[in-house]
Amino acid sequence: MNEKTKYRKYWGLAAFLAATAIAVPALAEEASVGDTVIHLAYSLDTFYFLMSGALVMWMAAGFSMLEAGLVRGKNTVEILTKNVALYSIACIMYMIVGYNIMYGGGPNGVIPGLSFFLGADHTVDEVLKSGGETYYSSLSDFFFQVVFVATAMSIVSGAVAERMKLWAFLTFAIVMTGFIYPVQGYWKWGGGFLDALGFLDFAGSGVVHLCGASAALAGVLLLGARKGKYVNGIIKAIPGANLPMATLGTFILWLGWFGFNGGSELKISTIDEANAVSMVFVNTNTAAAGGLVAALMLSRAWFGKADLTMALNGALAGLVAITAEPLTPTPLVATLVGAIGGLLVVAAIIYIDKAKIDDPVGAISVHGVCGIWGLLAVAFTNPEGSLIAQLTGIGVIFAWCFGTSLVVWFILKAVMGIRVSEEEELEGVDVAECGLAAYPEFTKE
Amino acid sequence: MKKIEAIIKPFKLEAVKDALTEIGITGMTVSEVKGYGRQKGHKEMYRGAEYNVDFNPKIKIELVLAADLVDKVVDAIRDAANTEKIGDGKIFVIPVEDVLRVRTGERGKEAI
Repeated sequence: MNEKTKYRKYWGLAAFLAATAIAVPALAEEASVGDTVIHLAYSLDTFYFLMSGALVMWMAAGFSMLEAGLVRGKNTVEILTKNVALYSIACIMYMIVGYNIMYGGGPNGVIPGLSFFLGADHTVDEVLKSGGETYYSSLSDFFFQVVFVATAMSIVSGAVAERMKLWAFLTFAIVMTGFIYPVQGYWKWGGGFLDALGFLDFAGSGVVHLCGASAALAGVLLLGARKGKYVNGIIKAIPGANLPMATLGTFILWLGWFGFNGGSELKISTIDEANAVSMVFVNTNTAAAGGLVAALMLSRAWFGKADLTMALNGALAGLVAITAEPLTPTPLVATLVGAIGGLLVVAAIIYIDKAKIDDPVGAISVHGVCGIWGLLAVAFTNPEGSLIAQLTGIGVIFAWCFGTSLVVWFILKAVMGIRVSEEEELEGVDVAECGLAAYPEFTKE
Repeated sequence: MKKIEAIIKPFKLEAVKDALTEIGITGMTVSEVKGYGRQKGHKEMYRGAEYNVDFNPKIKIELVLAADLVDKVVDAIRDAANTEKIGDGKIFVIPVEDVLRVRTGERGKEAI
């Protein structure tokens, strides 16, 4: 996503008056045809932006279903509560301050500006004056951006599932969506120093996925593993309660990703842009397919069984990997980028588990490991990509998100505690935190 | 009067029910149970890690009948539930002191 053209407001009044004064009546009709085209293109691009944003919003449902499917039945209500609440918190915090930090400009590309609340949208005159340069509503831009923040935060909830306190998590969400995410977002998409460096991240393998995974890793390290996950050095499986739900969640995420990557082309109203959007759709889809097939085959070869949950993670791995550059590769190369993501995710899940870092849904592997892979792949799939710039971007995003998150988690741990009691964990956080069960008609495990 | 409690593999329920219906048994009580015997539990795999399922799912069939029918019923259950593999289950025969039909208050054999 490139730096947005927006807020070129008040300079135009004098120029507008001058232009009106010298305009001859004979030109009026010709100008109005041109204006109509600008009107239409603006409407079309804004419409495309809004619908893409709505698709990305639906990814919140995907994450909810995926996570609810991969935790135990006794922790379902709480993970759903976290998901609906984090989405809402993200929307409010980003509206109050996050968007302005990310896209408000700043003195030197490192320190972002600080302002609050959303500005007014473009007026008709401004848009016509710009000759189509301003090509979508600034509020549609906000809407598209806000759902990305929620995605980054959703990544965290899965990794810390089944043992983190609800209110500690939601407090973290406030800081993450209002501050941590927007600052590094400014560095890249807001036109900050990472952007100036030539770091490429089309739709957020780094800015969204690596960011969320880094925050999740910091949380998991301070939080510790679920009870019964690592007993006397042996890794125990804790099977998810509802694999149909996890599968539905994966398909919803897959669908939402067309908005995530497709919308990040930012424009569809010309033939070139329409072709580019089509390419992004095709590559996004085929990368997911490649990731799924690769993960399914590797799990069959490695464990002797075709593990559905690994296949689901494989599809997401492919999607995360192609997100950094879904436009320049051919569909075959995009499939390979996704497939490598699918292989990486299976290995990462196993080795992260062996390192006794307990991530119930594989979020750190999917979004962190494959986010890094996707960013590195840009250096090979986009002629403008540079390995040094990509590595710098990866290092900066990880260091910032992991470092600040660790501090915030640490403060939360000291002030309110981040982990439920052992008894609450064994009983299930549904009853302990939310006071109700997801499946009251079934006995608990 | 005797009570027969049969623990069988879940997928054999239909076959056992049909076999019992064929020899004129008119009612039974069925429940989903878990347990293990010589078969022990089994291992399953999730995301590359094994876990033990110590208690296997089984079906328990309970029926009460006149003592002279026991052999015929036990044979029918055994024939229908047998796969000749470990884990096929067990059949228990237990004496019953009395039976009472709630609606009418009939007792003993009449109430079965």
